[in-house]
Amino acid sequence: MNRKTIFAGLIILAACEEFQPKAPQAYELLDGPVSGLSEAENLQFLRGDVAFNDEVFTSANGLGPLFVATSCGSCHPGDGKGHPFTTLTRFGQTDENGNQYLNVGGPQLQHRAIPGFTPEVIPQNATLSRFTPPANTGLGFIDAVSDAEILAWADPDDNDGDGISGVPNWISLKQYVKERPNSVTQNGRYIGRFGKKAATYDLLQQTATAYNQDIGITSSFEPVDTHSGLVFDPEVSNQTINDVVFYLKALKAPEPRPESNSIEGKQLFTTIGCSKCHRPEMKTGNSSIAAIANKAFYPYSDFLLHDMGSSLDDGYTEGSAKTYEWRTPPLWGVGLSKKSQGGQYFLLHDGRARSIEEAILLHGGEGIQSRSNYEALTNEEKTKLIRFLESL
Amino acid sequence: MKISLLIIVAVVMCLNVTAQVDSTLFKRTQQDTSKLLLNMDAVYNRPFLSVSKLPVAVGGYVEANWQHLGTDGVSEGHQFQMRRLTLFVASSISRRIKFLSELEFEDGTKEINIEFASVDFEFHPLLNFRGGIVMNPIGAFNQNHDGPKWEFIDRPISATQLLPATWSNVGFGLYGKLYKNNWVYAYETYLTNGFDDQIISNNENKTFLPASKLNKDRFEESFNGVPLLTAKVAIRNKRIGELGLSYMGGVYNKFQEDGLVLDEKRKHRTWAIDFNTVLLTGTYLTTEWTYTRVDVPSSYSQQYGDKQWGGFFDVVQPVFRKSILGFERSVVNAICRFEYVDWNLGKFLETGDNIHEDIVSVVPGISWRPNAQTVIRLNYRYNWQTDILGNPASKTAGFQFGFSSYF
Repeated sequence: MNRKTIFAGLIILAACEEFQPKAPQAYELLDGPVSGLSEAENLQFLRGDVAFNDEVFTSANGLGPLFVATSCGSCHPGDGKGHPFTTLTRFGQTDENGNQYLNVGGPQLQHRAIPGFTPEVIPQNATLSRFTPPANTGLGFIDAVSDAEILAWADPDDNDGDGISGVPNWISLKQYVKERPNSVTQNGRYIGRFGKKAATYDLLQQTATAYNQDIGITSSFEPVDTHSGLVFDPEVSNQTINDVVFYLKALKAPEPRPESNSIEGKQLFTTIGCSKCHRPEMKTGNSSIAAIANKAFYPYSDFLLHDMGSSLDDGYTEGSAKTYEWRTPPLWGVGLSKKSQGGQYFLLHDGRARSIEEAILLHGGEGIQSRSNYEALTNEEKTKLIRFLESL
Repeated sequence: MKISLLIIVAVVMCLNVTAQVDSTLFKRTQQDTSKLLLNMDAVYNRPFLSVSKLPVAVGGYVEANWQHLGTDGVSEGHQFQMRRLTLFVASSISRRIKFLSELEFEDGTKEINIEFASVDFEFHPLLNFRGGIVMNPIGAFNQNHDGPKWEFIDRPISATQLLPATWSNVGFGLYGKLYKNNWVYAYETYLTNGFDDQIISNNENKTFLPASKLNKDRFEESFNGVPLLTAKVAIRNKRIGELGLSYMGGVYNKFQEDGLVLDEKRKHRTWAIDFNTVLLTGTYLTTEWTYTRVDVPSSYSQQYGDKQWGGFFDVVQPVFRKSILGFERSVVNAICRFEYVDWNLGKFLETGDNIHEDIVSVVPGISWRPNAQTVIRLNYRYNWQTDILGNPASKTAGFQFGFSSYF
């Protein structure tokens, strides 16, 4: 008995990891760093991870008073796409002359408030659009793409006659944002690449704006309180912002999953014209993170704006984008969306599409031909195509 | 404050050292087993040591463990933990006036709490007065939480992560008992200082009553001036077991300050039911379930739920009683705990889908009691924890081994 007990104890001690849940396959997860970070970069990644996923804001450390979410991780669970619970609402007007509602809380609605405060409401006559929080993965690769690489696929006048144009969103730079080397400008405006309308220049702007507009946290970059309109002391340090920016830059790109029929699906993807906007491959330029510099990656996006037709025209715009123009969303990781959206799909810019097929069928404008081509496929071909998309 | 505590610890340790020199100075206080004991009697149902003829008795318990847990393939490795060192000091000021205190050091000296320090005035079996720092009688575990009484290394999740065990506060109240044949009926009710707005504004990112334990000022001043009412009734039959029903409610927010109105009064209410029995097979069953409602402002976030519930169900089956390694009255038990907590009951306004933020846990194991006051435990824990959106559960599992003993 005693020997048996001791023996059993030793077995447990030696094999305790065997009795623990196994790690999911890397291709089942969106979070985690890109491989090849240095030890110092790993440390900064971990700091950013804690700030992004673990730090919760309350009224004691600056939440609000008006806000949308209480932490970064609330909107991007597992670094994946968000849920309607944390979907943002932006409001403005139909023209591209700049947001007219900045003095009444625009461009973003903070529809929640700490006790004692009243949340914002959409001003009369303002137009609005809802934005589902995007997945974070691979953002560093997108950030490291040169403007020339993006412009290589732009075809504003549809010179090739394929019915697809693709234009950059030309935006004004925030004062604190540093322009990329070899940036291309047009009338003093720069190419945006992040956000549903590609109205954000880089991940510093994205991070500082999200702290401010989503959580109500001021920083030295975005010091104006969204409720009072006054300049506040920073409620988050530059160090934390920089760590979060690094974290976002260093997140790995989604890894393809071994779905069946993906080769035939990929062929169909190209044949019916999806790849004209959902550009399969891009290449990064130089980057301060060696692990993502000068690498090929597979976002399935051209990061340009396209006319998506009247059914996706919300009457709201940002930068030089028209109300019906949307940035091509990267399709990588789309198959994992359900794992961060509560077991369901909420696709397209506002989550209105509840399946990949529904998202395809909502394509209009420049996407109408591809949609028609999809509709003409057999059921078996449609299944293969969707399996391919789910494998990205 | 810390210095005073260290002095108390030093004194108690000196007494122990003295006992090593001459153990005849110490004697175990006899426990009265003739009465039907309830969970609410737990603070007095402990082994005490009295020293010579001093009218003071001391005691305590200690618990330490090793664990190796992993979550979705990531483990912190081997962890050795000194979870608690608890000291009791009791004295009879007169025949019907008693003092009892409980001082707890958690995780070394990371948390030092006076969990109980009250004076009892016994007027009549049905009417007694207690004042000081009391343990609010919500559920059963909050009052009956000593490590050596439980076969599981972790405290129940519902007791510590939904209810705030050990939750104690400053206040006054009444308690009493009525014995009739095989039955005992009892009640307790207290008015104490209460919770604060950290229950809906905390680092857990969910409605979390235990967050108010961070407010050390609660032993000095009420957060909002409104007393917290806690009340419990319990009934026990010698053959059937014990059933307890309890309630705890009050106002948690600061609705005015310096005469200025800041918000409306926001209430929280908790109901709990507990039951324990011993089957004819000798199987011990213990369970406690609780339901909480919190008035969360509608303009706040559904991240913080307005309804919560959860509980646990323990099964302890003695499998043999015999001498083991010279411990003549050893008992070995097969044990299993089932736990469930949902911190956010309700549906999303945006989709109408269920809000999750819940955990399911199963803890099988074995325990060995070399004597009634000491337990050595081996637990295997498996948790499935789901985030607010209901994404695939993160799984945590692993072994825990440790002991807990009165001294």
